[in-house]
Amino acid sequence: MSKVLVVTSGKGGVGKTTTSAAISSGLAMAGKKTVVIDFDVGLRNLDLIMGVERRVVYDIVNVIQGEAGLNQALIRHKEVDNLYVLPASQTKDKDALTEEGVGKVLDDLRAEGFDYIVCDSPAGIERGAQLAMYYADEAIVVSNPEISSVRDSDRMLGILASKSRRAKDGETAIKEHLLITRYAPDRVGTGEMLSVEDMLEILAVPLLGVIPESNAVLQASNAGRPVILDENTDAGQAYQDAVARLLGEERPMRFIETEKKGFLGRLFGRS
Amino acid sequence: MGLLDIFRNRSQDPSAKMAKERLQILIAHERAQGQNRAPHYLPEMQKEILEVIRKYVHVEDDAVKFEVEHNEQFELFELNITLPEKGEAGDRPD
Repeated sequence: MSKVLVVTSGKGGVGKTTTSAAISSGLAMAGKKTVVIDFDVGLRNLDLIMGVERRVVYDIVNVIQGEAGLNQALIRHKEVDNLYVLPASQTKDKDALTEEGVGKVLDDLRAEGFDYIVCDSPAGIERGAQLAMYYADEAIVVSNPEISSVRDSDRMLGILASKSRRAKDGETAIKEHLLITRYAPDRVGTGEMLSVEDMLEILAVPLLGVIPESNAVLQASNAGRPVILDENTDAGQAYQDAVARLLGEERPMRFIETEKKGFLGRLFGRS
Repeated sequence: MGLLDIFRNRSQDPSAKMAKERLQILIAHERAQGQNRAPHYLPEMQKEILEVIRKYVHVEDDAVKFEVEHNEQFELFELNITLPEKGEAGDRPD
């Protein structure tokens, strides 16, 4: 049985694509046949984060419009087995994605035996974002500990609960997960940043993971290599934990406490 | 963090607390609005109810107020009609 998983947030720049790349890679490394689809038609970027930008020939719109077969458009990841990327098109035509067309692509991917279909949503609540979440079985709502991001996440949760196929057909609701990104425990400690507890209290969604603010994320995207592959980095490990939890494992949260600084460190430390 | 910051941070009101309070108020409000999205038949029903009322008294469009409230267990449909004062427009319109 394949699972359709949407990575969404409402707000832009919070780490949806980074998360889609990391989670899909993690699922594939766990032996699940996984495809990650970029729904940001006109502004595709997942190909860059996944490091496959030079191998894009066909995209999801070509598949929907019958100009290419699914297997021609799917890009197999070179480093991670079981992992495929379906890029977005760079067309400006916003109506290129249709509910019917996306439904057909997802059916075909299910028939190909994919265990996980990860949909990387564009920012906003327009067509691309609505189609990315429409067929979802599970949703990862990505949120920064920042006031506008939390508000948009709440809006997105409302949309998931009312506008998805599951909501419309009266099926069991989409399973929701909260993933907090760019978390800075030292700033939470000084009272400058919303804490994990604050966000859980406000959004009331089960926590999938907390990804610390990390240099590793920029370095990973510079290199076109999903950050989860950097096993020695904090962000990489935090994503590995999140994937394990997604697959039902229980793991304690890491990287949510401040590193203890000595007295001298506090006096002379720079950050 | 330098020497001065250690003292400065202690005296500042933590801004995360403000953020949380603002969010709680805002989100409670937005969720309520989202739920209050009226049922799809409401405009049609409003029109028909207004027509029935107008068979007996003449009321202006803005004299009739419809509201739908959601509680945990039930939905409350509230209809509020301000009747014209005596002597004004009055009685049956025709």
